[in-house]
Amino acid sequence: MVRNLHATVDGTEILKGLNLEVKAGEIHAIMGLNGSGKSTFSKVLAGHPDYEVTTGDIQFQGKDLLELEPHERATAGIFLAFQYPLEIPGVSNRDFLRVAYNAHRKGQGEDEIDVFDFDDLIEEKLDVVKMDASFLDRSVNEGFSGGEKKRNEILQMALLEPILAILDETDSGLDIDALKTVAGGVNQLANPDNAVVLITHYQRLLNYIQPDYVHVMADGRIITTGDKSLAHDLEARGYEWIMDEHRAEVTA
Amino acid sequence: MTRSVSENVVAPMARGTEQRDTYLKGLIQTVKGGVPADLALPELRSRAEALLKEQTFPHTRQEDWRFTDLSPMLDIAFACADGPQGDTTDIEARRLPETAGAQVVVVNGQVSPELSQLGGLPQGAIVGSLRDLQNHPIWSEKLVQRLGQASGHHDVFTALNTVGFQDAVVVWLPPSGVMETPLQILYGAEAADTPVLAQPRCLVVAETSSALTLIEDYWGHASTAYFTNAVTEIWLEANAQITHSRLQREGSGTFHMAKTVVTQARDSQYIGTAVDFGARLSRHNWEIYQTGEQTTTKLYGLGAITASQRADTHSLVALSHPYGTVDQVHKAIVDDKAHSVFNGRMVVAQAAQETNASQLNRNLLLSDKARIDTKPQLEIVADNVKCAHGATVSQLQADEIFYLQSRGISAPQAQRLLIYAFAMEMLETIPVATLRSRLTKILAQWTGA
Repeated sequence: MVRNLHATVDGTEILKGLNLEVKAGEIHAIMGLNGSGKSTFSKVLAGHPDYEVTTGDIQFQGKDLLELEPHERATAGIFLAFQYPLEIPGVSNRDFLRVAYNAHRKGQGEDEIDVFDFDDLIEEKLDVVKMDASFLDRSVNEGFSGGEKKRNEILQMALLEPILAILDETDSGLDIDALKTVAGGVNQLANPDNAVVLITHYQRLLNYIQPDYVHVMADGRIITTGDKSLAHDLEARGYEWIMDEHRAEVTA
Repeated sequence: MTRSVSENVVAPMARGTEQRDTYLKGLIQTVKGGVPADLALPELRSRAEALLKEQTFPHTRQEDWRFTDLSPMLDIAFACADGPQGDTTDIEARRLPETAGAQVVVVNGQVSPELSQLGGLPQGAIVGSLRDLQNHPIWSEKLVQRLGQASGHHDVFTALNTVGFQDAVVVWLPPSGVMETPLQILYGAEAADTPVLAQPRCLVVAETSSALTLIEDYWGHASTAYFTNAVTEIWLEANAQITHSRLQREGSGTFHMAKTVVTQARDSQYIGTAVDFGARLSRHNWEIYQTGEQTTTKLYGLGAITASQRADTHSLVALSHPYGTVDQVHKAIVDDKAHSVFNGRMVVAQAAQETNASQLNRNLLLSDKARIDTKPQLEIVADNVKCAHGATVSQLQADEIFYLQSRGISAPQAQRLLIYAFAMEMLETIPVATLRSRLTKILAQWTGA
């Protein structure tokens, strides 16, 4: 539940009163033009230090999310699939995934699992994203292609089993096969107890993942909300008409 | 993101030439006074002393010492250290299971036959102390041809060592002699109540087609003033192979001056890893001189320093024959007010055609007050060569930390993971598993993991 969220970066206001409620079992898509604040919203949810929340609040499962450090948000069940996943030279994907997984277990008051049990678990998750085991022994994202990086994000999501997954333009620039893999991963994960927010530029992803709601963002706010057909309208007619309608509403 | 970093240099206290000359003369007298009667070596030592007469104690107006200020030493009168005092707990803890039967212990520059454990050497090989070997009918003559004869022997601290070393470790492998067990040389520094100095010395000769894994480990605990002035000469004859790990983890009051000079004949291979964690101030001159074609040289360096530590590595690779290959990576992690210096000089002479050399220096700054000076220095005369070099100075990247945080890893843990990953690449070049894992633990403690 997000209420009247305002956020700035370097003193410039990007989010200007954003409201959104996501319930368990739902899939939401947030669409909008570049600069509408979609990515900022995802980073604010994850707690990126460059973004300052000036007004508003975010409730997540009864907790005040803004009070939590980024790693606490993650272990509480929030997962952000990055638009541009970072390369971490020298840290193997396997170690990274194990450390992250154990951090989650610790956060939930469970014991860490050992290397061997982890290896069994991760092999199983690799199937979800159709990744080869050799990926595990390479440095995190180093030298990965764009599609490999995005699949690695979905692998992390599959491993960490978040309550709320936010996918920030995970579909941008993906070829059809990679897109299907990514969508398949999301569909496998989605269940009545968790929720997914898809931030996207393109309607194409929504052919593979069925959203319950489609929101349109402009100028730091959600200006309209509809069902899946709204995405089709946007694809067919562009954003201009909806912006015009919105402006008319504001004027009226 | 990379940036070059500089900070105001605190001007060294005004010290006159006269004071430095007097100080060096005093050091010469001190170390001469410590020369054992049975290790006079008059020719070698008088030549070194003559070379010192033309020099002064180094100061920051000399290009080679621009970033490393030795003036704090001028206030300290060092006396020669005594030999082993009896407490061997530290030594026992440092012996590696992989080197059983191939361990030489040196305390305060003096080889201890009692603490050394040697057995199972290849036929014709020797590992021992110069004091024992110098009067040997065969070895005495061979040793004279090598000891103190490598290039760069005129450097002030090298010459000072030659004037006064009290013993030397001698390692000599015969043609095709392969030492299967890695050889571990432990150099312990036992401090006294007053400032002392020790001058460890080592001579390694690997004859044609011989092979050796060598570990040199300098350590100490003293927070009081201690001066280590170490010299290791390594000779690789044709087709010989040496893998060398050099560790420096001296006490926080130690000034560690060191020279490693490697002379490589044709087809030989030298792989060296140098790790600097300790000392108040360390300076390692790592010099490779090629005397034949198609040599392979790999140099890996790692420094991790904090508080007000200073660590300076000056490397020199001098190539004068064709088909040489050089791969050098030097990394430094600098925290708090520490200061790291790297000067990587490569000289590729006209005759060294078809040389393939690369040098990379990567630095990680962990604090605003930490300082790094790095200088690649490539002097290439030959026209048909490949020589790549690069230097970076960076801080931990905020975006990388956030990425790890977003996966549930706390910020301090994320920082440790990134520092650890940066350093591990160098530790992984050490071929002895127990040593590698011990150093990994030290690194983990260092990063607070």
